[in-house]
Amino acid sequence: MTSTETSPHAARYPAGALAFPHRDLIGIGQLERHEILFLLDEAEQWVALNRQATKRENRLAGLTVINAFFENSTRTLLSFEIAGKRLGADVVNMHAAQSSVKKGETLIDTAITLNAMRADAIVIRHGSSGATQLIADKVGCPVLNAGDGQHEHPTQALLDALALRHALRDRGEAADDFTGLKIVICGDILHSRVARSNLLGLQALGATVRLCAPPALMPAGIEAMGAEVYHDFDAALDGVDVVMMLRLQNERMSGQFIPSAREYHHLYGLTKTRLRQASRDALVMHPGPMNRGVEIDSEVADMIDRSIITRQVEMGVAIRMAALDVLTRRSRGVPGWGDAA
Amino acid sequence: MKQQRPLTIEGGRLVTPAGVQGGALRLVDGCIDGVGTAAQDGDEVIDAGGALVAPGLVDLGVFAIDKPAFHFGGITRAALMPDQSPRLDLPSRVSYIAKSGKPDFWVHPLAAATRDLAGAEIAELGLMREAGARGVATGRQWIADSGTMLRLLQYAAMLDLVVVAHPEDAALAGNAVATAGEVATRRGLPSAPAEAESIALTRDIALAEMAGARIHFRQVTTRAGLEIVRQAKARGVSVTCGVTPAHFMLSDLATVDFRTFARLSPPLRSEDERQAVREAIGDGTVDVIASGHDPRGPEDKRLPFSDAEPGMAGAETLLAMTLSLVRDEVIDIGRAFELVATKPAEILGVPAGAIAPGLEADVAIIDPDRPWIIQSAKMEATAGNTPFDGQPTQGRVLHLYKGGVPIRH
Repeated sequence: MTSTETSPHAARYPAGALAFPHRDLIGIGQLERHEILFLLDEAEQWVALNRQATKRENRLAGLTVINAFFENSTRTLLSFEIAGKRLGADVVNMHAAQSSVKKGETLIDTAITLNAMRADAIVIRHGSSGATQLIADKVGCPVLNAGDGQHEHPTQALLDALALRHALRDRGEAADDFTGLKIVICGDILHSRVARSNLLGLQALGATVRLCAPPALMPAGIEAMGAEVYHDFDAALDGVDVVMMLRLQNERMSGQFIPSAREYHHLYGLTKTRLRQASRDALVMHPGPMNRGVEIDSEVADMIDRSIITRQVEMGVAIRMAALDVLTRRSRGVPGWGDAA
Repeated sequence: MKQQRPLTIEGGRLVTPAGVQGGALRLVDGCIDGVGTAAQDGDEVIDAGGALVAPGLVDLGVFAIDKPAFHFGGITRAALMPDQSPRLDLPSRVSYIAKSGKPDFWVHPLAAATRDLAGAEIAELGLMREAGARGVATGRQWIADSGTMLRLLQYAAMLDLVVVAHPEDAALAGNAVATAGEVATRRGLPSAPAEAESIALTRDIALAEMAGARIHFRQVTTRAGLEIVRQAKARGVSVTCGVTPAHFMLSDLATVDFRTFARLSPPLRSEDERQAVREAIGDGTVDVIASGHDPRGPEDKRLPFSDAEPGMAGAETLLAMTLSLVRDEVIDIGRAFELVATKPAEILGVPAGAIAPGLEADVAIIDPDRPWIIQSAKMEATAGNTPFDGQPTQGRVLHLYKGGVPIRH
């Protein structure tokens, strides 16, 4: 296990807090390439710890982490909760469904309330783009974005990058970054914060990113973010090294975007046959939850040698541990990270 | 209070329909008596000290009556949109609103075109006209049903009421809070194509032509939309259009950090559309610049961008932003006041909006060069939701007269 102060890649980024000078983790868009690499490298130690029998390092002992989820979530909430607990923090979950949000309290008032309880970090998921930033502006502790509307989901992009790095490393391919890698993200790009964060993150690490969706599910002007846009999935798959599938976010759709799930599967479903268009041992990813038989066939999702979907989930805990550790260093007075507030 | 004693304003530069000229302005019994004349015995005389002597601004299409803000901005009359709570869809409400600002501010209610602004049943326009309505407005939304819109336009034409319309195709606009494009995509904001405007304009103009109605589009904000208005005017359609300063000062880049003070309806557009608006102001396609004044407190604005209410507090900045177009040589000073006073008064059919004999003595004495900084926290408006916070600007009202009576602020 590597200690936080002696990273194996110390030459890659500035010393101390300069390696990650942000108080909050709002989006991949705010991060430099070396900051992304720093978080990935930091997460490596937690990958190792999480594979041990005793998965505990009391670095955040005495700190309170609040997971404020204004939108339903299973895996992300659980992942953040486990991450906080493995670092020894007191983790409290707030579900909007049970909270005073339902009684008409504004988001800001909720944020101020959480702040007054002296949280040391707040993890936010909210259905509106920009909500996390709004809360971050009003509280005195680090804020982590666990997904805001259709804007960003930074820890998802980081865990995807870490999962990809590990999968490539297992194959003996040099893989600290993704230079030269071709990746296609296919599905409901319009409504997906995961697609936006991954587009930014994968490109920052050197990959070429293709986006594939029917026109109605492709946001206008996304080419300006550097993506190659495809509507024909077979063409988009041609020669790619990684296929990342997204589900249809029916809950965010107003009006009809596709004629039927059956037709969507016909045109955009990842089947074993279709996967042959990609490069020979292309990897398959999915942020979950999967709709088997719609965007991805079970036999693809469960391919032992190709699908890294469960590994993505595993890396999620490590990434969130790294993020909680790094963002609380200032308040914990870690040398080189500023004095305790 | 009525004007007691004749007043002569000397030493100013009079902004008249014929151009800027010297001489004195004489106000008698609440009306403009003489332009370019001299004081007579017994007049109260004041010296404008070289400042502009201009018509009080007539603000076509505001969402709240906010006297201190209007007076700060040199506005003496405003046409109030029917999007009130409750809606201005009954004669009693219109009549109450029509009297609400007097004597030092005149409100011209715009009657709700349809009951509860729902776009289905035409409201009692004839009775509301009797009650003081100076026009009919569809509110901050489009009437999607073309049959209803045609019947509305025919009815309004019969009553000789202008129809103030909101050109934004409702089905395309959906729940959008931004214009489709790179900024909205990067920020993950629900967006609609800018063409939602030109599509709505095309239909509404065609229906207005069929009905022989006067139609005014409160805000036209896209290159394609302005071109449609330009062509309609060229073939003699009775169409006018306006814009608010936000759409000639700002592009959607103002929304990148989710600042809800830049959440407007219609949403801010691309830089190219902004340039198109400036060109259209310059070439005369745009008839009116209005504030769209809509002060909104934290309960409506301190929210995630897509959950916030649209609108900005614009009354205090309308004049300064319009004068910036003069400094940028888009328009001259005479045209500036045509845009903010003369033309809106003409559309509403009220005897004001110009420095001309016989009109109401609504007069603003203005230093067009006085510098100041727009500060959200220090505004006269009931809320400081301006997207221009922190911006240095020029142009302040020194004195304001409504019907020849000085207003203190």
